Amino acid sequence: MTQIIDKQSKSALQEAFLRYFENSEKLKEPASSFLYELRKNAIHSFEQSGLPGHKHEEYKYTPITRALDKNFDSQDLSLEEVPNPDLLARIKPWLLTNIDANIVVFINGQFSQEHSKIVSSPQDMILKPLSQAFIENKELVEQHFAKQASIESDAFVALNTAFAQEGLFLHVPKGKVVDKPVLVYFINDTTQRRVIVQPRNLYLIGENSQVDLAESFYTVGENPGYQNIVSEIVVAQHAIANYYKIEIEGQQAYHTGTTQVQQAAQSLFNATTVSLSGAMVRNNLNIALDAEHCETHMFGLYMLDQHTHVDNHTIVDHRLPNSFSNELYKGIMDDHSRGVFNGKIYVRPGAQKTNAFQSNMNILLTDDASIDTKPQLEIWADDVKCSHGATTGQIDAEQLFYLRTRGLKKEQARAILLKAFADDVIQNIKVKPLREQLEHIIAARLEKNYQL
Amino acid sequence: MLTIKNLKARVEDKEILKGINLEVRAGEIHAIMGPNGSGKSTLASVLAGREDFEVTEGSVEFLGNDLLDMAPEDRAREGVFLAFQYPVEIPGVSTTNFLKTALNQIRQHRGQDPLDAVSFLKLMKEKMKLVEIDQSLINRSLNEGFSGGEKKRNEIFQLAMLEPKLAILDETDSGLDIDALRIVANGVNKLKTKDNATIVVTHYQRLLEYIIPDYVHVLYNGRIVKSGTKELALELEEKGYDWIKDTTATTV
Repeated sequence: MTQIIDKQSKSALQEAFLRYFENSEKLKEPASSFLYELRKNAIHSFEQSGLPGHKHEEYKYTPITRALDKNFDSQDLSLEEVPNPDLLARIKPWLLTNIDANIVVFINGQFSQEHSKIVSSPQDMILKPLSQAFIENKELVEQHFAKQASIESDAFVALNTAFAQEGLFLHVPKGKVVDKPVLVYFINDTTQRRVIVQPRNLYLIGENSQVDLAESFYTVGENPGYQNIVSEIVVAQHAIANYYKIEIEGQQAYHTGTTQVQQAAQSLFNATTVSLSGAMVRNNLNIALDAEHCETHMFGLYMLDQHTHVDNHTIVDHRLPNSFSNELYKGIMDDHSRGVFNGKIYVRPGAQKTNAFQSNMNILLTDDASIDTKPQLEIWADDVKCSHGATTGQIDAEQLFYLRTRGLKKEQARAILLKAFADDVIQNIKVKPLREQLEHIIAARLEKNYQL
Repeated sequence: MLTIKNLKARVEDKEILKGINLEVRAGEIHAIMGPNGSGKSTLASVLAGREDFEVTEGSVEFLGNDLLDMAPEDRAREGVFLAFQYPVEIPGVSTTNFLKTALNQIRQHRGQDPLDAVSFLKLMKEKMKLVEIDQSLINRSLNEGFSGGEKKRNEIFQLAMLEPKLAILDETDSGLDIDALRIVANGVNKLKTKDNATIVVTHYQRLLEYIIPDYVHVLYNGRIVKSGTKELALELEEKGYDWIKDTTATTV
């Protein structure tokens, strides 16, 4: 295949990544030839595709490559650890350490034993850094690693696959119900310097098992930080997985992430993605329903202000008959913020009796805020129930008037209505402390902006 | 308490109120009747502060203040309450959700201390009994999936909670069966004191069998064309609105 690459628009950072890979001994370590083969293919694919430019169909509303080129350069690829004694104090408010949960913390891509706390027994769940699992759980890892997230489909997945060295490996064995949630924190400490990290996670949810799993992203420090993450989730037959992705990022935080899910028969997967801040965030949530009688729920809330830009791309791929998927993404855009939503539903030939529903609702609070929303349904089967809808508007004037006639100030009435709008998504979070933390943050933001 | 003088209002280019004059004193119940499109609901909305209507002329004085100059929330705090003809649905917001904030705002405005959670609950229980409304209803998303009767009862429940000086009931009887009508009317009657006043906006006389008005006004084509006592309502019921239309036609 030949590719025509416009020399002018080539990203400097892309070149830096390629050079870095070329010169890195560590990434070529033959310790695992399995991994090296993957890396080689991935960097080749990355070189072919390049970082997506503004004409790229999937990235045309999110100029992430330009933003990365502007904020990062080749020096940021080699990370020397600079100890930061204040870090613990600064991240503490975010960590839900005082609850009965498994806490796993990664700081600048490195597993932090010091901040982590595993409370579930190894019989119920295997939870360890991916680097360790590559050695200790070689067979299981090699069976599933990089099998779902396709390096051809997205340059950032290819990039991650070429560079990823650490992340979380989670395995819930057959029949185990993990009653203590797993809270994974990916923290970028940019106090001393710019930081680029590429965490890679593999979550194997065994047959007839159950687990709650949350990934949270924070940046500490004023320098720009970038996380390019890939999480692969394999939900086995009859398993239940509740997955949460929480982004309460810094003003200088850039994020690209792909969560790739494969569901087996009779499995249930619930995803809730909440983005409250950051510079530019792109979330890909790709779910393959690879069997019959799968059930999937995707909820999303992006509540943005200032210049935050959040882009959610979701794909649910009904490959076989009799599965159900439901999607609800809601956005509130204030100030100059920008939201992007693209929801694809594929119903493959033969995936009869599919039920697939999608809804995207947006509120724009200012003339400068914007949303680009695009539902995309591709249906090749003829006996299915599918629907989609997207709405964009302001706060309902009639509702606002009603509350004001009861004595509520205009701003209070607005806050109550916005909270209710957001609650529709937040109430799907089944991990109570996590839900309460988000409710608290949202209430504080409404209070600040609308004196609730 | 309320003095309306030559009130004219329009929506876009259409003049709907064409010079309303009305005086309501404390302790009184006024009924405003009229055929569809006569401007009854517009009058109620203008008094509550709906911004879709533009007041072009006239004045409304409420307890010595210029009502038209106030934001809807300030009117509420001064003691005006509108029971909506079509109460809006608000998903995710229950009556209990916003009522505590609303009540405490109003109390603060009156120089009263805010109610704590316990006193608020106690007050709610008391008022719930008054309008025979169920706890589950006021905990549900406001008006979402409510029957017509439940919506109206919820309006009267809020009226009971907020204890306004002037209550405006905009076609509260529409869509109510006779039992619900009795309950709603009974609630309104129990809330009546010598210090507050009520304006009942209605198309039919039926509600006025339960809420006995001191005065009845007939609104037609944006003007009050006839005023009288409760007997006028009966006459109107008997003769129909055509009678009014005919009489006004001959006087013009």
